[in-house]
Amino acid sequence: MTPLPDTFDVLIVGAGPAGLSAAAELKSRGVASVHVVEREAEAGGIPRHCLHSPYGMREWGRVMFGPAYARRLLAEARAAGARIHTATTVTALLPGGGVELSTAEGLRRINARAVLLAMGARETPRAARLIGGTKPGGVMNTATLQEFAAFSHHRPFRRPVVLGSELVSFSALLTCRSLGVRPVAMIEPGARISARAPMAALPPILRVPLWRDTRLLAIHGQSQVESVTVETGGNTRRIACDGVIVTGGFRPENALLRAAGLAVDPGSLGPVIDQYGRLSDPAYFAAGNLLRGIETAGWCGREGRRVARAIAQALAGQLPDPALSRPLACETDAVAFALPQRLSPGGPAPAFDRLQLRLRRPYRGDIALNGARFHIASRPERRILRKLPDA
Amino acid sequence: MPPTYDIAVIGAGVIGCAIARRLTLDGARVIVLEKAPDILDGASKANSAILHTGFDAPEGSLEWRCVQEGYREYEAIRSQMNLPLDRCGALVLAWNEEQEARLPALIDQARANGVDDVAALSRAETLALEPNLAPSLRTAFRVPRESLIDPWSAPHAYLLQALLNGAELWRDCAVTGGAFDGQLWRLETARGVVGARYVINAAGLYGDRIDALLLGETAFSIRPRKGQFVVYDKAAARLARHILLPVPTDKTKGIVVCRTIWGNLLVGPTAEDQEDRSTADLDTPTLEMLKRKGAEILPALAGEEVTTIYAGLRPACEFKDYQIKAHEGRNMVTVGAIRSTGLSSSLGTAAHVARLVSGLGFAASPLSDPELPRMAMLAEAERRDWQCPGNGGMLCHCERVTLREAEAALTGPLAPNSFAGFKRRTRATMGRCQGFYCGQAVQDLLNRGTGA
Ligand SMILES: Cc1cc2nc3c(=O)[nH]c(=O)nc-3n(C[C@H](O)[C@H](O)[C@H](O)COP(=O)(O)OP(=O)(O)OC[C@H]3O[C@@H](n4cnc5c(N)ncnc54)[C@H](O)[C@@H]3O)c2cc1C
Ligand SMILES: Cc1cc2nc3c(=O)[nH]c(=O)nc-3n(C[C@H](O)[C@H](O)[C@H](O)COP(=O)(O)OP(=O)(O)OC[C@H]3O[C@@H](n4cnc5c(N)ncnc54)[C@H](O)[C@@H]3O)c2cc1C
Repeated sequence: MTPLPDTFDVLIVGAGPAGLSAAAELKSRGVASVHVVEREAEAGGIPRHCLHSPYGMREWGRVMFGPAYARRLLAEARAAGARIHTATTVTALLPGGGVELSTAEGLRRINARAVLLAMGARETPRAARLIGGTKPGGVMNTATLQEFAAFSHHRPFRRPVVLGSELVSFSALLTCRSLGVRPVAMIEPGARISARAPMAALPPILRVPLWRDTRLLAIHGQSQVESVTVETGGNTRRIACDGVIVTGGFRPENALLRAAGLAVDPGSLGPVIDQYGRLSDPAYFAAGNLLRGIETAGWCGREGRRVARAIAQALAGQLPDPALSRPLACETDAVAFALPQRLSPGGPAPAFDRLQLRLRRPYRGDIALNGARFHIASRPERRILRKLPDA
Repeated sequence: MPPTYDIAVIGAGVIGCAIARRLTLDGARVIVLEKAPDILDGASKANSAILHTGFDAPEGSLEWRCVQEGYREYEAIRSQMNLPLDRCGALVLAWNEEQEARLPALIDQARANGVDDVAALSRAETLALEPNLAPSLRTAFRVPRESLIDPWSAPHAYLLQALLNGAELWRDCAVTGGAFDGQLWRLETARGVVGARYVINAAGLYGDRIDALLLGETAFSIRPRKGQFVVYDKAAARLARHILLPVPTDKTKGIVVCRTIWGNLLVGPTAEDQEDRSTADLDTPTLEMLKRKGAEILPALAGEEVTTIYAGLRPACEFKDYQIKAHEGRNMVTVGAIRSTGLSSSLGTAAHVARLVSGLGFAASPLSDPELPRMAMLAEAERRDWQCPGNGGMLCHCERVTLREAEAALTGPLAPNSFAGFKRRTRATMGRCQGFYCGQAVQDLLNRGTGA
């Protein structure tokens, strides 16, 4: 494999769907040197260990499993001429596009004219949810469960409870089934599931009880989970189980942004970007789930390609002066975030042609953004799309 | 004839580890008997990781003497063993008039305790040192030598040095009984009978039980005092340079806000009395209270991400001071109720215990050229393995644990017997993602390492 040079055109951080799609697009637009760095030993991002479908509907109009989807994205990026460097971790982002990285050979610094950040998102672990009790083994997020299913012979538990009812929570049920694990229950604190209503049909098919209006108060056990305390309508009870799958609550993998002092949106926890995907330091761009938790792989891949186009434009000097960008003004606190957060006036067609909104709480009514009024009636877990206001 | 040693140390908490080291270096043949699958599984598994100067200890107390001696020895040996020390200093903060009125007495007490570099600070001086403090702050004083250390690498280093120089460690080995025949102790353990000329009771939360078991009586009763903590991600560490202490009360040093040696920021501990000696339960309302408390002190903390939560049990008892006693005619030393400063005092406590053991008649010649372990350096501010060639690549991304570090931790006489033990030696899975990315890889590595 060709080593990573000291200076080149575009560095992409993260070889998931967003980063790999962007790499292929940049090459097809004639950018000379495009390098993707990935900290795992294999490129592909989250889909590497999604042994379930559906992947690939948006891109190739067919249903694929995660690993095949990841391999195809990787093959396309390679075929286009992008270089992929695995087992390479970006450890610091420096002003102007300098990047510090670590490999088995130690620390290095490289410089790129533009850097695309595509580090993805992760689920909120048990600790950050302040769930009480002890800290035994057998408590994990869905992605870790998937890694056990995909890469390991080890079955981490036999009778776990599943916490949450997002889309990913239901894929956790499927992953359990592939491991020969039957959850004791699926627990949702709200009155209804977070995913779309038809998903509620899945647990009964898999013979997993779905407990709504139920909170997980505490986890018990010494080396392995032995039971959990749950509360429904003021009644608490102990449920015997040997694991807890803590699902969803996605949040961008933003630690490098924070350490570098790049502007982070407190609502999305991703970077503040303009409609070209540019960050507060315009050498940096972002796409995929780093922008917000969470969208599908196809969505993230498309974002990667669109931001790649903007990067090619930036290298050709075609993007407007980032110093002129202005924040999007939103008057209600019901909006958790609106993405892009800033608009740079006077440039080519945007990479983000629609505004992505999420709510903080269920909301029905009008919302004014940069003077434009939108009607919204939705819930926090739903993606809301609106026409991008004028810059 | 059972295997027989000069000294049997019951319990491998930080105190037992330091005692095993001291007595081994003094020339004794030592065996350490630990009930749990791995060491540091009791009180020593969860603390605030502060190396105290003893500025607020009761004047003239045994605790104060051990803390001072322990602090000095840690400073003296730490670079040989690659143990970190962050001399960040502490600020004792007054938030109201009543607390402010108590500062002069605390400053006097610190000076009386030999900590004579404490300095009173005005509000403006305090805020200049710590600009993120809430503006309602009144005044403070500074204790420059209060420091941060790694609460696990230190005791691992102590015990490892003992093992490298001939001591033995038996884990999964609870002491269940014993008798002294005037010459020799015969200790009954989960792994058979062990003979020893002297016994050191360093059983922490079970110190009174071991005394009752071996001596038929105990001079103190352990009353576990739980402390819960919330730990924030590394981005929050920018918010405080010093260890931020409240004005202490009789019962507790109060809730501290400080960085950790690994570059996080912690808020805690609480002080909650309980009966249970083995389980330190976390509870959500208390953790939420800690978050509020933290944000009262450092308002910017409100927006920061929580990395982890944990709780520990202090081996407190009805007395304030340490309960250390040599039992004449029984060849035994009890090292009990090392409540809330054991990490700081352990080396000094060990030196004190060694003197007591000599007083009981034990004599040996000190090792002339003892082996020195070199520990993995996990402190955020120091050069880490991931920055060095040949590290094998990264295993845990959040804490930047390398494969070389992981493999080193899995070899040698103090290799872990549990996932928790591996975490304490390497920090793998202890960062912000809590194993989302590396949890399975780490588990598989351990399964291979332990043949499970
Ligand atoms: C459990 C689970 C199930 C899912 N199921 C589906 C599904 O069925 N269908 C679907 O369409 N979508 C699914 N998704 C969502 C989909 O996988 C994601 O939307 C998609 O992977 C996001 O792509 P990305 O490129 O933004 O991020 P990721 O795929 O997360 O890729 C980010 C990459 O960046 C790397 N990285 C991070 N930090 C660094 C660094 N500092 N240095 C170097 N590399 C770094 C990571 O290792 C990772 O490989 C699922 C997600 C999860 C978690
Ligand atoms: C919340 C909290 C915060 C703290 N903060 C600090 C701080 O910042 N600085 C500081 O210096 N100190 C601090 N401390 C205090 C410090 O952690 C303790 O003083 C110290 O850990 C006590 O160690 P120990 O070895 O006496 O007890 P332990 O660590 O409990 O060790 C005793 C060992 O004996 C074993 N054992 C018990 N019974 C048997 C048996 N029958 N047979 C064999 N083995 C047995 C146990 O398994 C255990 O491993 C804090 C403590 C807590 C809880």
